[in-house]
Amino acid sequence: MSNRTKCFARMVIAVIACVFIVYGTARGELEIVLNKAVNICLECIGLG
Amino acid sequence: MKRKIVQIIAFGYSNAHLLNFKGGKIYQGKWKRFCNPGLNCYSCPAAGFACPLGALQAVNGSMEFQFSFYVVGVLLAFGVLLGRAVCGWLCPFGLIQELIHRIPSPKLKLKKIFLYLKYLVLVVFVFMLPITATNYMGMGKPAFCQYICPAGTLQGGIPLLGTHEELRQTIGALFSLKMTILLLTIVGCVLIYRFFCRTLCPLGAIYGIMNKISLCHLEVDGYQCINCGKCKNVCKMEVAPVREPDSAECIRCGACAQICPQNAIHVGKPFRQTKWLTKKDKQCRDAKEAE
Ligand code: SF4
Ligand code: SF4
Ligand code: SF4
Repeated sequence: MSNRTKCFARMVIAVIACVFIVYGTARGELEIVLNKAVNICLECIGLG
Repeated sequence: MKRKIVQIIAFGYSNAHLLNFKGGKIYQGKWKRFCNPGLNCYSCPAAGFACPLGALQAVNGSMEFQFSFYVVGVLLAFGVLLGRAVCGWLCPFGLIQELIHRIPSPKLKLKKIFLYLKYLVLVVFVFMLPITATNYMGMGKPAFCQYICPAGTLQGGIPLLGTHEELRQTIGALFSLKMTILLLTIVGCVLIYRFFCRTLCPLGAIYGIMNKISLCHLEVDGYQCINCGKCKNVCKMEVAPVREPDSAECIRCGACAQICPQNAIHVGKPFRQTKWLTKKDKQCRDAKEAE
């Protein structure tokens, strides 16, 4: 991959990342993450 | 040494709530809505942030959504900036594996075919199963956490089961499976450098793909390189940095850059381009040197 292509790919993915984060935050995904993370996850500890 | 210090600091900020170990509680503050860049179980009593893999599966398997834009966006952002430098410098479970590898034993190399297993784990356990294997309410389970993740067993399972009698009473076959995977991981890491990172970690798979374009990358100056092979020999991830500086396995640890007698390898110089020498270039260089 040439340096130009890499730079272009970096910029496109950086923009996609920002849009995804903003959109995901706006539709309330952070609350689902928080809800999962503040309770003991039975699957993680091998009981679920 | 510099890398170890960064790794220890990263381990510390990821697991700052050490007092929670005493009562077997987990941190429940607002910071847990944000993802850690590396693998660090959010069911660990000390963890201050969410595990990105756990968070991804939680949203993918939720009733409301089948795809997490937020977590994928965070992973793309970390990936495009750092690639697998996250693994080499910031991931708590990566540090744990490096420490385990220090246990004296014969050290083995990994067969290349096993490197592809992590991509299969990513597709099947992180994306497919949480979305497709749902209950009557449309909720899926985090299959990677449930059936594989040794970080969850080590950081969450053991301390929480050790402090909660009521949880111990519900131990079953699943816990035995996860303990077996943890033990295999530990033995694997004693024998093979970062065994779990290289064979099973879906997060390593994501960042590995991003290594191709990440801002933090490996720079090889073909005009300086004399093909002595020292960089390849020193690399514990079994990468040949001159041939494949963008390898998905390179964790940007910098060992190759340090050992290079020609100072031909640099880590993290985003805007310089790797220069490849043709045979003619090499002849020119040698002729110049001879003059
Ligand atoms: S079990 Fe593993 S993947 Fe799941 S939340 Fe814990 S560390 Fe993350
Ligand atoms: S491969 Fe996974 S466990 Fe290993 S350092 Fe990277 S994120 Fe951490
Ligand atoms: S030694 Fe070099 S090629 Fe190997 S993982 Fe470290 S930075 Fe990458």
